[in-house]
Amino acid sequence: MQALLEKLTQIPGPSGAEHLVRSAVQQEIEGFADAMYTDALGNLLARKGRRTDGGLRVMVAAHLDEIGVIVTHVDENGFVRFAPLGGVSPRYAPGGRVRFLNGVGGVIGLERTEDRTSAPPLEKMFIDVGAGKRSDCPVAVGDVAVFERPFEQLGGRWISKAMDDRVGVALLIEALKRLGDTPHEVYFVFSAQEEVGVRGATTAAFGVEPDLGLAVDVTMTGDTPKGVTMEVALGKGPAVKVKDRGMIADPRVVRWMTRTAERSGIPYQREILEYGSTDGRAIQLSRAGTPTGVLSIPCRYVHSPSEMVDAGDVKQALDLLLALLSAPIELGD
Amino acid sequence: MTNNLRVQAPQLRLLERLTNACAVSGDEGAVRRIVLEEVKPLVDDLQVDALGNVLATHRGNGRGPRLRVMLAAHMDEVGFMITAADGEGIFRFDTVGGIDPRQLPGKPVLVGSEGIPGVIGAKPVHLTSPEERKRSPSLDAMRIDVGKENAGKVKVGDRVTFATRFIRLGRRSVRAKALDDRLGVATLIEILRHPPENVDILAAFTVQEEVGLRGAGVAAHALEPDLAIALDCTPAYDLPSWDGEKNIRYNTRLGAGPAIYVADAATLPDPRLIAHFRRTAEAEGIPYQLRQPGGGGTDAGAIHRRREGIPSLSLSVPGRYLHTAAGIVRVADWEHTLQLVHAALTRLPADILAAPRGE
Repeated sequence: MQALLEKLTQIPGPSGAEHLVRSAVQQEIEGFADAMYTDALGNLLARKGRRTDGGLRVMVAAHLDEIGVIVTHVDENGFVRFAPLGGVSPRYAPGGRVRFLNGVGGVIGLERTEDRTSAPPLEKMFIDVGAGKRSDCPVAVGDVAVFERPFEQLGGRWISKAMDDRVGVALLIEALKRLGDTPHEVYFVFSAQEEVGVRGATTAAFGVEPDLGLAVDVTMTGDTPKGVTMEVALGKGPAVKVKDRGMIADPRVVRWMTRTAERSGIPYQREILEYGSTDGRAIQLSRAGTPTGVLSIPCRYVHSPSEMVDAGDVKQALDLLLALLSAPIELGD
Repeated sequence: MTNNLRVQAPQLRLLERLTNACAVSGDEGAVRRIVLEEVKPLVDDLQVDALGNVLATHRGNGRGPRLRVMLAAHMDEVGFMITAADGEGIFRFDTVGGIDPRQLPGKPVLVGSEGIPGVIGAKPVHLTSPEERKRSPSLDAMRIDVGKENAGKVKVGDRVTFATRFIRLGRRSVRAKALDDRLGVATLIEILRHPPENVDILAAFTVQEEVGLRGAGVAAHALEPDLAIALDCTPAYDLPSWDGEKNIRYNTRLGAGPAIYVADAATLPDPRLIAHFRRTAEAEGIPYQLRQPGGGGTDAGAIHRRREGIPSLSLSVPGRYLHTAAGIVRVADWEHTLQLVHAALTRLPADILAAPRGE
């Protein structure tokens, strides 16, 4: 799992340009799925299993894309101005390194401002790619980059850029490989453009028309000094989402997930996130509506270049995901 | 050049008719009538859908399978709606679509389907203090005044547009209201007059774009295209910055040709289509520019998320002072846009979508 996660997190895949991550996933799961295809927006869909009596068509989604930046202007001295792709926080940007998809690296610099205490907006920042003038600049308007930061193990924890949501992608890959007999027809959807508004999952869900939806994504934690007030902590197991800003998880799905965890002896946490949302929202609202839940991986420093997850949480998330997908699903009332 | 589409007197007359017509979001009838009249003889199938979009299909006649290409241009414009009568021909109003209240005081307007003339009134300079003049006036402090005698001809709910009439500024430029997006509408009509036969053209003249891309989504659901191009008009703020700093956020520049989108707030356009349009422009010697990535959105934002996903691109004519009483565009930018759309469709490889996005 660690090697797979390290490999996946280090591939650049900003929203809209997920193709390198998608190719890596494709190679990983080649031969494990019954069918596999890439759709119009760049989602990768892999189907496994046939629906038998009592089985459902289940869509499990994790997003390929990560936050990044896009070039808006190159000035006469070769400095690059940029706009965010997804929720890039100005506080984490200055001094950070970026890597463009064409391989060019850069560092984010700041204009000199009167106020040195708070982070200026992204418009006051630029990327220095080492060019002396515009004609030497190896990137152009429209080129995209991601924040660069290596993968590292710290005790029982892993940090990297793009843990959001390569940890979900890795979980789907492992679940697809290990899933044995199942009464369900499972669509593993590696979705595009989640960070800019759950766009890929919207069209994928329309195509799949699932009976049940499950997103696998990171969630924030409330366990750091003077952090947000939140029940979720690292190392206490995967989280079952009850609610976030974009969805109220189907209570039947929440109950199915928590009961499965209890029966399987897997620790879990109930999650209420006051910020953001996931592909679950898109699946839930697709067509005439889909019962949907979210399996969350607790993650510190979300949308920073060093997102941290707990190795035990990730392993237990995989156990829970496999338990969920292997047995008949009785949602009840 | 594979085509010699030009913008000459007939095209400018069409643009004049279209920009002078009043069609605030949700009340697009005046423009729809012109569109229906113009395209009826040109298309194989013509209908008006439940929201008021005009959907017109021109089937090509090329051999082999033809791509179904949706071309969308929105009929609506930003404007106002009368919300309450204060008596004596004075009315409260609200904005429809994105309008900066600072642009409004003193602007002549036309109210309702009869086009009752009026003006947006605010406190005159004689009576304002230096302090007041530093602040921007709020909409609550403005009224639309149509004169006492016409008060009975105005009802709550009436749409209001700027009264600006179309005018040529010499040979090279045009000044008008509602260039966003009557330029797109006019472009789409011209393409239907000279349709590339290698594709099926699914023309959507859409409603309610300015209030949230509402018409285009349902149009795309009904048309089920293979790919889509939104034809719009985008700001050119190629002027000095107000604080004297170098202006590096101009969005587009006038005279630099059609603006191809690489990212806005609503869409990350399909890279296969971006590359095809750029290659076409370079091969045909048509000038083009990339719109600076940033905010905003076009009909493509609603279209690409429909059904199982529709590869989409936006292409805009650059225009100064959009969403105000009077915009300015270059005739050459419009002509180059028309030529680029036509050439890109004519050269569209049938297998353009065969390889997955980005590969």
